[in-house]
Order: sequence, then C-alpha cells, then structure tokens
Amino acid sequence: MSVGIEDPKPAAAPAAGRLHPEPRHEPLVFERSGAGKVGYSLPPLDVPDVSAIPAGLLRGEIDGETEITEVEVARHFTRLSRLNFSIDENTYPLGSCTMKHNPRLNEEIARLPGFAASHPLAPEEVSSGTLELAWRLEQALKELTGLARVTLQPAAGAQGELAGILMVRAALAKAGNPRTTVLIPDSAHGTNPASAHFAGYKVRELKSNARGTLDLDVLEAAMTSDVAALMLTVPNTLGIFEDRILEIAKIVHAKGGYLYCDGANFNSFVGIARPGAMGIDVMHMNLHKTFSTPHGGGGPGSGPVAVVDSLVPHLPRPTIERREDGTFFLDFDRPESIGRLRTFLGNYGMFVRALAYISSYGNRIGEVARGAVLNANYIRAGLTGVYHLKYDAPSMHEVVFSDKRQAEKGVHNGDIGKRLMDYGFHPPTISFPLIVHGALMIEPTETEGRTGLDAFVAAMRAIAREVEEDPEIVLKAPHTTPVRRVDEVGAARNLILRWRPEGRKGEGGREADSSSGDSGKP
Amino acid sequence: MKFLPTSDADREAMLAAIGVSSVDDLFAAIPASVRHVPDLPPPMSEIEVRRFFGALSAKNAHAKDCAFFLGAGLYNHSVSAVADQMLYRAEWLTSYTPYQPEVSQGTLQSIFEFQTHICLLTAMDVANASLYEGASALVEALLMADRLVRGRRRAVLSRGIHPEYRETVRTYFQNLGLEVVEAPLAADGRTDAAALAAVVDDATFAVAVQSPNFRGAIEDWNACSEAARARGALFVGVVAEAASLALLAPPGEAGADIVCGEAQSLGVPMHNGGPLLGFLSCRTAHQRQIPGRLVGQTSDAEGRRAFALTLSTREQHIRREKATSNICTNQGLMALASNIHMSLLGKKGLREVAAQSHAKAEYLKGRIAGVPGYRLPDSAPTFNEFVVEAPGPAAALLSRLARRRILAGVALSRWSREAADENRFLVAVTEMNTRDEMDSLVEALGEAS
Amino acid sequence: MNPEELHYTQSHEWVRIDGDIGTIGITEHAQKELGEIVYLELPEVGHLYNADDEFGTVESVKAVSELFIPISGEIVQINRAAVAEPGIVNDDPFGDGWLIKLKVTTDDEVRKLMNADQYAEYVLAEEKEK
Repeated sequence: MSVGIEDPKPAAAPAAGRLHPEPRHEPLVFERSGAGKVGYSLPPLDVPDVSAIPAGLLRGEIDGETEITEVEVARHFTRLSRLNFSIDENTYPLGSCTMKHNPRLNEEIARLPGFAASHPLAPEEVSSGTLELAWRLEQALKELTGLARVTLQPAAGAQGELAGILMVRAALAKAGNPRTTVLIPDSAHGTNPASAHFAGYKVRELKSNARGTLDLDVLEAAMTSDVAALMLTVPNTLGIFEDRILEIAKIVHAKGGYLYCDGANFNSFVGIARPGAMGIDVMHMNLHKTFSTPHGGGGPGSGPVAVVDSLVPHLPRPTIERREDGTFFLDFDRPESIGRLRTFLGNYGMFVRALAYISSYGNRIGEVARGAVLNANYIRAGLTGVYHLKYDAPSMHEVVFSDKRQAEKGVHNGDIGKRLMDYGFHPPTISFPLIVHGALMIEPTETEGRTGLDAFVAAMRAIAREVEEDPEIVLKAPHTTPVRRVDEVGAARNLILRWRPEGRKGEGGREADSSSGDSGKP
Repeated sequence: MKFLPTSDADREAMLAAIGVSSVDDLFAAIPASVRHVPDLPPPMSEIEVRRFFGALSAKNAHAKDCAFFLGAGLYNHSVSAVADQMLYRAEWLTSYTPYQPEVSQGTLQSIFEFQTHICLLTAMDVANASLYEGASALVEALLMADRLVRGRRRAVLSRGIHPEYRETVRTYFQNLGLEVVEAPLAADGRTDAAALAAVVDDATFAVAVQSPNFRGAIEDWNACSEAARARGALFVGVVAEAASLALLAPPGEAGADIVCGEAQSLGVPMHNGGPLLGFLSCRTAHQRQIPGRLVGQTSDAEGRRAFALTLSTREQHIRREKATSNICTNQGLMALASNIHMSLLGKKGLREVAAQSHAKAEYLKGRIAGVPGYRLPDSAPTFNEFVVEAPGPAAALLSRLARRRILAGVALSRWSREAADENRFLVAVTEMNTRDEMDSLVEALGEAS
Repeated sequence: MNPEELHYTQSHEWVRIDGDIGTIGITEHAQKELGEIVYLELPEVGHLYNADDEFGTVESVKAVSELFIPISGEIVQINRAAVAEPGIVNDDPFGDGWLIKLKVTTDDEVRKLMNADQYAEYVLAEEKEK
C-alpha cells in the first residue's frame, strides 16, 4: 500500500457525544400542543369583519391542529435539528449526492428582498434585476458547458432529464420520426430510465464492460435508427470518465441520435473541460451538486438543461432574452417549445445562490473539480486493499468499493455504513450503482481537507479490522446515535404515515385496510 | 480559495500517497481536445458579491417596498421570523434526504409532522413529503389517478385551474397516450357544473377542479366531485392558495380522491416563483400509488418510536422505468418551513389569517366596484382574489401603477388571448395588506384610468 | 433444499401440480435475495393468464420484483394469509408461503420448466456472475 496514513489504534472508542451525549426523543409537535396556547400575533383587522362566503362552503374547526407557543416551537425544532447529521458537522461522503460546504454568503444574498420578496408576474419594467440575474446565470452555464442555450426552468435534476429528452423527441419528430428507444447503461441513475419512460420511450439497457465503462461494440450494435438518444452519465456512477467519449458521440450521431449527458457529476470536470466539445448535445445539471446550493434535508433542487443549437427552438417556455438596449424580457412566443414543466421561472432562489457561488470562484472554478478528484483518489489510495474495488479504472470525483471481503464474515455494506456513524461520519451511498454488489460509494467532495480525509480512512480501516475481530459490534451498529437501528421493515409492513387526534385512531377502519391486501385498485 | 481546505503541502503529500506527480495526471482520461479554461471574470470577494447582487436586487419592485396585490398562484403571506431563522441551522440546511434514519430523525419527524398538517388541512388520510410545486403536483395526481383507474385515457380539467398548471399537464401528457379535455367556466366565474358533467365520459379517469379557482371563485366541490363519481372517474381537488384551506370546506369533506396543489402560502416566501412547495394527499386505499417520498412511523432496535422513509420501492432508484414517477427530490427545506409555520399558527392562527385575507379582499372589492369605469365581472363568492375589469388594457395600467410602487395585480392577457380578458386583471389580498394600501390602490385606479 | 417434486423458472418461481391445480410460489433463493418481504400484490380470483405473464409483485424494503406465471391458467385462489403477513413467504417459501393456485389450461408447459437439480445449477451460475 502506498499510502502514508498511520494505522489507527485498534477499535478506537467511538466518538461519544457526537450528536448529543444521550439519545433523545422529541414528542411530535401535535403532542406538545395545549388548549388555549398561541404562537402568533396578527394586527387587529382594519376593515369591517365580513364574510361573503355561503355557510355551505365553509369548514369547521381544524380538528387536531396545534395550539402552541413560539417558545415551544423554537425548542421543538431546535431539538429535532440536533437529531440530524449535517455537512457542517463532519464529512458526509454520500456518493453521487455531492455533499459539500454551502457558503453562507449565498443564503444571505438569496434573502435580499429584491429576490426573496419579488413576484415573477410583476411588470417587466420593475423586474429588470431578477431577469438580469437569471440571464447572467444562463450565460455562465453556457460558458461552462460550451452549449448554445440553457433553460433554468426544471425544478430538479430529474425534471431536467425529462425536459432534455422531450426536447430530443420534439427535434426528432420535427425531422419526421421521434423514434422509439433510449439507450441507458446499466450503471445509470434510476431517474434516467424513469425520465425516458415519461417521455414516451422504451428503454434499452446497455451492459457495462469489465472496466465499468460503456462497451463500444455493444453501443454500436444497439445504436440503430430507432434510437432517439443515448443517456450517459459523465463521469459514470462508478466515478469513471468515459475516455472514449468522442468515439461514443460519433457512433450516436452517425445514426442521427442525440447524446444526452446526465450532468449529476459535472462537479468533477467543471471548469476543466466542456461537454459541448465532447459531442454532448444536451445535459442537465444539478445546482445543488456542482454549484453548492444547499441540499436542505432533501430539496429544493434545480435542474437547468443546456442544449445544442438544434434543440434551442424546443426549449421550455418562456426563455429569458436581452434586447439590444440591454433590457430583459420573457419570450413566450416560442411555437416549437415543448411547453412548460412547472409554474413561473423555476427555483429562482437556487439561481441566486448558484450565481453567487459561480461568482465567488469566477475563472478559477476548475479548482472545484481538481479538489474533488484529488480527494476521491486519496481515499481510494487509503482504502485499496482493505475494501474490494470491483472496477479499478482511474477514479474521478468518487470511488465505489464493495463489501465483498467483509461479506465473507457476514457483514454487509449497510452494517459498515451504520458503524461509520459511531465514528462520527455519515455513511457512503449504499447499494448503488446496481452493478456493484454490496456497493460503498464514496464521494468526499473538494471541501474536505486532508485531516478529515485521513480520519475517514482511519475509521473505514478500523471498521474493516472490527469485522475480522468482533463483527458483532459492526452488525449491531450504530451504538451512539439518537436512535438505534431503525426497523424499516416494520415501517413498510405496518404503514403509519401520520399522527391522528386522540379518539380518532384508525378512523373508519382505514388503517386496517392497508395491510389487508388492498391491491390499490378502487 | 476560502472554500478549499487543502494546503499546498497537503496536496503534495496526497499526490505522493496516490502515486502521481500532479493533479493534472488525475484528469488523463479527459481528451485534450475538449479541455477549456472558462472565460469568466476573476473570483469575487464576499464584499464584491454583496455589492453586485445588492445592486441587482435593488432594481426590482417587491412586496417590502410596494403596495402589493400580486397573486395568481403565488401569495404574499406573513412568514414568522422563527421559521426563516430555523432554516439557517446547519442541521436542516446542510443535511440531505434522510436515507439513513439513525442520523436523520430530525428531518424524518419534521416530514411526518408536515404530512399530518396537510392531512388535517385537506381532510384526507395520507399525504406525501411534498412535491416540487403546484403544477407538477397536479401532473403527479393525474398520473396517480391513471394508475388507479386502468384502461381509461382522458383527464377532464376545469378551465378554472391555473393556466400554467394546465400547460404543464399537457407537456407531461403529450407522449403518454393520455388526453386532456377542458371544462368551461360559467358566467359567474365558477366551473359550469352541467358542462363539466357533460364532458366526463367512460374514458375519463380523473376530473380535476381548483378552488378557489384561478379567477378567485370558490367552487362547489360537491357538485364537481359528483360529476366524476357518476362515471367512475376519480376526483382531484386542486388548491393553489392553500391559506384558504383553513376557512373553506376542504376537498376531503366533499369526496375528493386526491388533493394536490401549492402550499407556498403556508410559510414559504415568494422567492420570485421558486422554490415553492407542492403537496399531494389521498385516501388510505390509494396510498400505495402515491408518488414521491413518504415517511412512516416505526421503532428502533430498543423499541422506541422512530421514523423512516417508507415505500421507497415505488421510486426510480429501484423501479427505474417502472417507477410511479421520475421525481427524486422533495422540497425538504420548504416542507420544514411550512411545518414550522403551520405549527405556530395552528388551529386558530391559520383560520384567522384566512379570515383576515377574506375580509380585506371583500373591502377592496367593494371599494374598486365603486371606482367609475371599473367593474367586477364575476359574481361567484371569492376568497382573497378576484378579477377586476378596467376601462382600458390592463397590462399598460398595471405598468403605470408599478412605476408608482403599486403592484396592483396580474393581467389576464398574460395567459388569455380572449378579447374580454384584455382589460381584466387579478387582484390578490392577504393579511399583509393594510387598509391604507388598499385605499391608495383605489385612489390610484381612479387617477390612472 | 429445492423440493424434488416442484418445477422451477428462471425468474425464481416454482409450481407444484396436483391434478389440474397448479400452486405457485417463489423459491428459497428468491426470498433470500429480496430480504424481508413487506408487501405482496396478487391478482384477483378469476383472472386468466398465459405462461410468462406478469401476475403480481413482491416487495421488500430494498427491492421489488415482478412475478411471472410459469404456466397458463385461471386463478382459483390466492394466499390471503401471506398477503396479510408477507413474512410467511420468507419463513416458508415452499410451504405456507405459496402465493396463488390456478386451474391449469395445458400440461405441456410444465415440461419446459427446470427440475430441482437444473434450478440449483442455474442459481449457482447466476451467483458466479456477480
């Protein structure tokens, strides 16, 4: 092993007190409620107190809603927050999700009233700042992707995928034949086949080769004139760059198809190389991954899509345009547009943060990719030989190990992930990509320093040693978290999806229905 | 670079450990011909970023420096300081989807609470963890109905549904072999119940109606859901102004099978139109077809209450092309903000906000109806938004008023080419509007025309 | 471990023939691969299927798998107990954890299925692929 990391002391004591010294529980906000308490104040009504709504259209009291003070609400949500792990606390190497530092400046900027308190339907002449910002973000993304135009409308990456494939479909349909099939490698994100399906395409899965990349012979054979697009993740979900990308593009284009790039991993080459130059025709980006808008416990996302010239007429409506006099406007008059994917302009608050982030890096944004790739390779060097590496082609921003060695002792990837919590780390992505059995997908991102990476590697090694010496401690992990291992099977077998007011549990026997074999048909 | 914690010495040590001589060596797989140094300005400091974005922000008229009456699916309701400040906490802001329940109980429990609030407000059994926003929530509701009622291909949408929602449905439906039929509005501004019943047929899997509708009119859920039920179609209740749910009879009490829409009004700032907060709730019998994320209650290894994501097998990372939806993320942070907001206002506050918004809107309606040349074309009862007909083109009038720091409303001509709509605009009123503001709007309308 | 009297499919279902009634379930190997089963979606009695048609799904917390009918026929019974408590399928996939019974249309389809030894070999080969 070529790594100069000192071997950790055996079974180092888990970092006690990481989240809080003792596991804690917080009642539901509804259970904290008490009759007569108030958590808000409104000015006295300054107009006559009238109602012009017929009684039959009104409701009664909202049975079960809260009565609670601001003090209790503040404590409730502060306590709940402490049950969460976050990037600000420690390394969050959740592969493919790109959990990196979120600059707080961007939060401040996004809350400026001209952005946060503005309305997209205000007249254009009093909205020039919001329009200019969106236009500038499009220009920056055009420069970084090397493509002709960018729509900012999609609400998240998955909606961006759908928008991209719909544009491909529209362009092919205009040329006479929308075709029937989209090719997707077996290593792809699950959203790719789902998006292709919702655009009306059949999906044909391409088997990866022994290096974990696309097999050009397989592609050549599958790439017929029935194929609308190849959806390719670059670098792929194994963190491997398709080094024959130019040949891939040639094969796809030769048959009149489009090369779609899932840009979820753009953070590994942003500012270094441009997808447009690779022959990529359309690519969505996830602003929270590459451009560090906060993940927020699962959203909001934002999924801009960059396209080549031939797809520009089909961009979602409206586009944002600049006139010769420097003013901006929304262009709704786009007859070949695929239409609209959501209301208004998109997740505008995320545009503000992303442009602030791009501005902070400016022409040095390639440092993002350089840092991400350096860190992933450092972890790879530190764990090679300790964990099995099914595909050993060079890694970009993430590396996918597996539990193959540990599984021989009866310990699986999920157990290793749970044990990492005791060492103060969030687990890697488990069980994805599907082509690696027992996957441990590790993405450190560029915002981890060497000290943090060393600590993570040491923890992973210590766990590997525990698997040899005392597998029970790993199998029963975590030991130090607010709750112990959570029964996800119980959650799925006995669905309890809400709280109910006292005396109304299982109203109308509906709860019982859920487990009695109702097949979901009316 | 302040976001990059690797020193030069660290980098050298790391390269040595990896066994390469430079970071560039790690990019060897990328062909030289596609390399590119971006033509962007040099990095901006924090001071410069504040200055640059501050100047862009200052160019926009907004709700904090104008008399503000814009709505049309996005409303200026009050948001408590607690809600926004809580969002700054790193544990909420910088965590991700709670895939690992042992270190995500905060997010999971908050979503479980959000699901409960939505159920209580809509009077439904089950709600999901949120969706992107109202229009795509309607799409998801219709696709869900299509899965539940197999073998039919037509969705009937009231023309009272927000035009951008309807356009979004058409975008999604265009390649799925599904069709949309629109049911007209009656002269009073509400869905024409007889015309609705007439277009629902045996090929219809869903009937969707919005209330208050796009023109602000309060629909009769019962009459509309009856039209669906009579033909074995599911009824989808759409709500774009969710503050109304605290005052108006909820769709769940009128036999809705699915309720969906936009919950931005419940604790989410306008953000120039996003991020917003789509929601979807349904009956227990249909819960396995609900799209998006769901949190369920369970227990941990020591038998204590705990929460976890559940029914994830419906999602794309497992089902791939057979997934119920291609949606991956929810609107986590917005759902949290809304949970905090709904919890603070609670039973009384949610109702009081709705009642104040309505009373103020009634006041403004009365005053505008008295301005010479102006009239209210719709006679149906409204909640907090209504259509005004001006003596001349509405868009030009609204631009003139905007220059006087009055954002008076939204011109219907943005979505409608009908001649009758040329002079019409939508006015929305919330608890944020003062009588003085409304009086100044009325005065300005009198002068501007 | 695979009962000798059963017939097996490549998608890991088994079928037992008693006169003109076929009983269908999933194999021990399949239940192990899926992990703890949380939900079964099964057809209604009276449904007619051709061999290889999809007739339902089986769900664990990690995976969902379509069920394919090994032989043609009409559904005459579904295992309500397993629907109510899907864990039975994990505990006893070849016995109490059966899924459906059908009235067999033709008996030559069974001959195309694998016997216990062939199935064991098939599983072994599939494992090696991983």
